[in-house]
Amino acid sequence: MSQQAKITADLFVTCVVDQLYPNVGVSVVKVLRKLGVTIGFPEEQTCCGQPVYNTGFSQQARTLAMRVLDQFRDTEYVVVPSGSCAATIRVFYLELFADDPELLAQAKALSAKTYEFSEFLINVLKVENAADCGTTYQGTAAYHPSCHLLRELGVRSGPQKLLASVPGLEQKELEGSEICCGFGGTFSVKFPHISEGMVTDKIANVQASGADTLVSCDMSCLMNISGALNRQGSDIKVRHLAQILDAESD
Amino acid sequence: MPEIKTQDFTAASSQAILDPKLRRALDRVAEGFHVARLDRIEEVTQETWDGWKDQAREIKVHTIEHLDYYLDLLDKNVAAAGGQLHFAKDADEANEIVAHIVRTRDIKVATKSKSMVSEELSLNPVLESLGVEVWETDLGEYIIQLAEETPSHLVAPALHKSKEDVAALFTDKLGIPYDEDIYNMAATARTVLRDKFMEADLGISGANFVVAETGTLVIISNEGNGRLCTSAPRVHIGITGMEKIIPSMQDLSTFLRLLPRSATGQRITSYVSMTTGPRRSDDEDGPEEFHLILVDNGRSKMLADPNLREALYCIRCGACLNICPVYSRIGGHAYGWVYPGPIGAVVSPMLVGLAKAKELPQASSLCGACREVCPINIDIPKMLLNLRTKTAESPDSTQRTAPEMERVLARLYAKLMSSPRLLKIAVRFGRFAQKIERITPFFSPLTKDGKWIRKAHLPILSRWTRSRDLPTLPKQTFHEIWQKELSDE
Repeated sequence: MSQQAKITADLFVTCVVDQLYPNVGVSVVKVLRKLGVTIGFPEEQTCCGQPVYNTGFSQQARTLAMRVLDQFRDTEYVVVPSGSCAATIRVFYLELFADDPELLAQAKALSAKTYEFSEFLINVLKVENAADCGTTYQGTAAYHPSCHLLRELGVRSGPQKLLASVPGLEQKELEGSEICCGFGGTFSVKFPHISEGMVTDKIANVQASGADTLVSCDMSCLMNISGALNRQGSDIKVRHLAQILDAESD
Repeated sequence: MPEIKTQDFTAASSQAILDPKLRRALDRVAEGFHVARLDRIEEVTQETWDGWKDQAREIKVHTIEHLDYYLDLLDKNVAAAGGQLHFAKDADEANEIVAHIVRTRDIKVATKSKSMVSEELSLNPVLESLGVEVWETDLGEYIIQLAEETPSHLVAPALHKSKEDVAALFTDKLGIPYDEDIYNMAATARTVLRDKFMEADLGISGANFVVAETGTLVIISNEGNGRLCTSAPRVHIGITGMEKIIPSMQDLSTFLRLLPRSATGQRITSYVSMTTGPRRSDDEDGPEEFHLILVDNGRSKMLADPNLREALYCIRCGACLNICPVYSRIGGHAYGWVYPGPIGAVVSPMLVGLAKAKELPQASSLCGACREVCPINIDIPKMLLNLRTKTAESPDSTQRTAPEMERVLARLYAKLMSSPRLLKIAVRFGRFAQKIERITPFFSPLTKDGKWIRKAHLPILSRWTRSRDLPTLPKQTFHEIWQKELSDE
């Protein structure tokens, strides 16, 4: 574990985790505390604005983004347990405020201190071994790299390295892992037939991997994948990376 | 222009996705191209590849920024080589230029090599109406012409057809015995077309690149038909988009490295044909006339829009189609116009109008795979997003085509998410509704354990639960857990 103990960070938990997967947020807090981080949670936070941004409603996206700019103005680090929401804050806010120098400066400042959860562990806390988190996991796991984490934030191998170091966990390879699961936000309900086709292929690969758990850094992808798995009666579990690293999570 | 069916995207893609034969064809061809492409990159190393990509993009940015200059230069050099450059502002003008040449040169038979721009112009029906016999000579295009269909992929136009389909088509249209041996089918096409090359008065070709400093039209192909089209008939007309100009032969070398590798995973294609002007007095063969038609047809609208300009850097390699998880499930025809796939979802709305093609930019999960494979680093997802923004809130009402209901929902969502208090009430209401559902299923039957919604009878959610379960709201939000258990540590 890192020697530079006194790191303080604020959690942007994301609306999906807040309302549908609160345990993921709990695991994030527990893992970060275990690693010596003083973690705060600005309670006025809601959504980063990605659903409206991705649908083209930039005005509404700005309204929500400005709230995030305000809430995390004085934060040292912002930790986000989602590659997609982290990408929104770090990459897309810069687009959103490109024509407003004052807000763009704020967006740049926020962008520079915003990290997706696994990035924060690896790049800021310099965690190399999951044993630092005091966790073990009995089971086999495959990793689904979510698209925005992979292609907007460029996080390729970090989460898998962490998983590989979890005592007891056996990693399984996921065929076609870098192919989108078909969620895509509003895309999934605008074109359900295409989205279903994509997730059907994804779960076929998950099932073929032989893993009993699918791990990712984005609960929205996992909501999609697990929704399809559950419909088919599969008992493959889905977990956020933080839940694997949290010794107290099942 | 060909019939625009972009407005039927949802229906067409719903049909296409259920077609197992199409899926097999897409898996085989698109996937094959993709895998071969990766092998070629590995061979030269990713670092070298990235260097080439940067170089190519730089050339494209430079050329498009100075398009006026290079158009002038091209014009001078085409003329200096004895050819003629024409500029067509739209499809009608381009077709009229061809028609004029046909009428004044007494053209009876035309052979064509592959040209997506001629598809964009719907040139074949125009030629036929002038009494010209038109022969597509690219094997894929020949198949498509016989079947009276349109291309479904930028480089493999007949990708959606299996060998059995083609064998049946040949039997039907050419009256030959059914034979699904690919070699024999290619030989049949060769026999038919060989005579036509000799008969033709006019050869029509597309262009992969036109080189401004020399006035040269460049075609890369694997069948040699392009070279026959440009050299055997007495008149050659090259037709392409105005964005295909590159400054120099030096620049061409960069693109010749990138295009075949990105398109089919080849180090180089079997033929790289360069045509500069008509035959010279000491040439043994070649056409008497060389015409090059550069088509705008909506491209200057892209040029004028800084957010969409980079769509003009596209070299039509098709790599973004091959990698796209949407294209690889629905194929090219569902996109409803000439250019399919991710780049088509940007180009088509610009060329046929966002009003008719408003669904195309939405039909993407924005996964970013297209940007990753693009040899010119074109940021396709960013342009799709820009088009979505235009449909949502453009001041131009012909572009602002998003349904009013979406606008209402976006406003409601922003209102709800701007107020933690309102959100709390909404979540509590949701939990209460779930409790009722468990007692008397009304809107959305839950699974026995209460953890999933099986079938939501509510707008939007019902589209999710067609084939996926939806998680129910847990007992507490993270906000509530934080306040109760976590905040004081």
